[in-house]
Amino acid sequence: MKSAILVFPGINRECDMARALRLISGQEPAVVWHAETALPSGTDLVVLPGGFSYGDYLRCGAIAARAPIMTAVRAFTQKGGLVLAVCNGFQIACEAGLLPGVLMRNAQLRFICRDVYLRVERSDTAFTRGYNAGQVIRVPVAHGEGNYIADGETIARLEGEGRVLFRYSSPDGMVDPDWNHNGAMNAIAGIINEHGNVLGLMPHPENHVEASMGRTDGRGLFAGLVEYFRQAA
Amino acid sequence: MKARVTVTLKSGILDPQGKAIEGALRSLGLSGVASVRQGKVFDIEIEGADRAGAEAALKAAAEKLLANTVIENYRVEVTG
Repeated sequence: MKSAILVFPGINRECDMARALRLISGQEPAVVWHAETALPSGTDLVVLPGGFSYGDYLRCGAIAARAPIMTAVRAFTQKGGLVLAVCNGFQIACEAGLLPGVLMRNAQLRFICRDVYLRVERSDTAFTRGYNAGQVIRVPVAHGEGNYIADGETIARLEGEGRVLFRYSSPDGMVDPDWNHNGAMNAIAGIINEHGNVLGLMPHPENHVEASMGRTDGRGLFAGLVEYFRQAA
Repeated sequence: MKARVTVTLKSGILDPQGKAIEGALRSLGLSGVASVRQGKVFDIEIEGADRAGAEAALKAAAEKLLANTVIENYRVEVTG
């Protein structure tokens, strides 16, 4: 699986992401600077990692979404290429129109830095085939603007089309305001686009892939992707 | 030429920052504050004297970057 991690000024999670990809795919990911106009040839997976691109100036991800490399990313997704957008990456993907809706300020206004429980809603996607539907995983979040908001019609479509892949839940998979720390609509933590090739999620699966990190719940996402590409080859 | 683009949240969009400011105004003793919603102002200087052109360019700028039209409205005023 050939992956390419995009880096914008202010991104700070690219090393963690590269480590996870290197560990689980066995291949060194390419790192692509925002000012480039092309992705490396043969790229299977584009990753938009976390951080504070452009200092979150104007709106989180707003300026990164308009960077030169995003034109190539858009074309890549239109040809069916897979994109994994984590945290600031999710914000960038929404601002770039790769995903609907917007990530707004956490409802209780505090930056949240903690482990959360996510219910994996379906396992029949390239991103979640490493999990069982209904499985609860524990991964860290670190964000001040993770409150997923969209209009009623968009939320209805996302739900109706099964495009919510991860939801904030209790340790036993119950969706409940007490376990939705940022107030996101319908406790949405991660969604895919219409064609199922772009995933955006606020939590950081790349930070729970090695025993030394305490948990390895995040491995399934990456291992599933590696398996997906191995089977497609 | 001077222009001002004002970006505000669409009604119905939750504004917890506005709510926090509302609470702060009340605790300062300001009575009768029914609600506060926070917006943004961009003061932009444009070269040339083509008002209509400037307005059109700034509307495009607002649509493409200054406002996220999923959740925000904008107003363009060419002032000088």
